[in-house]
Amino acid sequence: MSAQHSISQRYGPVAPGDRLRSEDEPAAGVLGYLIGFCLSVLLTAASFGVVGTHLIWAPGIPVALAVLAVAQMGVHLVFFLHINSGPDHTNNILALAFGALSITSSISGSLWIMYHLNHNMMAPKMMTDLHMQH
Amino acid sequence: MSAIAPNLPGTFDPHRLGHRGAGPEAADYGPAPKRVIVAYGFWIFLLSDFVMFSGFFAAYAVLGRSTAGGPGARELFDLHNVAIETICLLVSSFSCGMASIAVDARKMALAQFWLLLTAALGVAFLGLEIHEFVGLAAQGDGPQRSAFLSAFFTLVGCHGLHVAVGLLWLGMTMVQFSARGFAPNLLRRFKCWSLFWHALDIIWVAVFTVVYLIPGNP
Repeated sequence: MSAQHSISQRYGPVAPGDRLRSEDEPAAGVLGYLIGFCLSVLLTAASFGVVGTHLIWAPGIPVALAVLAVAQMGVHLVFFLHINSGPDHTNNILALAFGALSITSSISGSLWIMYHLNHNMMAPKMMTDLHMQH
Repeated sequence: MSAIAPNLPGTFDPHRLGHRGAGPEAADYGPAPKRVIVAYGFWIFLLSDFVMFSGFFAAYAVLGRSTAGGPGARELFDLHNVAIETICLLVSSFSCGMASIAVDARKMALAQFWLLLTAALGVAFLGLEIHEFVGLAAQGDGPQRSAFLSAFFTLVGCHGLHVAVGLLWLGMTMVQFSARGFAPNLLRRFKCWSLFWHALDIIWVAVFTVVYLIPGNP
């Protein structure tokens, strides 16, 4: 049970979360995590810094926050979960893409439907208001 | 003598399409090893967990302004608390990565040290979250106050529950590692746990953006 064993063990198909083969050396692995950690700290600091700032046009702040969050999720996926676009990760990427599709459709679909539902529910109140005017 | 000559000019496929990637492993056929199957299955579970969370996020997004005359996000949430929680989870994700490197190098003491640090940061995160929840409930802003607060407690509480389960799992992993060493089944479990822990951090990024920062923006 030496370090050699663990490296040769990973010369098979790649599992989700396996580091790149170029990162088999512990030093390279640590460097990868350090880069990911620094990037995510920067993005987090940017997110908290953007709130209440006057550097950005106020209505644009939620958009900036959403972009920073998506970027940080990407950093976590690449540097911590080691998902990449290599041929060994096709299955993982396909599953992730389907998950992203489900998540996007359930969130945007809910918001879309509920917005229109709220809009339509206005009608009876407006009509009673009209009746009250007579 | 063989019926098929794979290296006949014109028939050899250098990219081995349909036979996994090129590289040192390209020669082995047959089913993937158990380690890969377990991790892939757990990856599918994590994605389904994300889909479940997306339902709670959708509920929060729809109900965010349904405060029933009660306080909204801007009055209730303390962004300093959220920032400290975020730092705890980020550093714990990093130390989880360090632990996985130590486990791959089969260094028990180092692995236990990083795992202990990860656990301590997870406990700190959970403590801060419970403190926040108890404070809100004590001032009458519990989940029954408004639809907005119901959605908030469900979403953030569900993430907190995941962290608590992850901590229990981590404690079990540490005990089993010290009792039985780096056995193959423990290594598979540890791999799943580290995927779980990193995935919780990804969900927390969405939580602090959607729940705290966007509505808390003055």
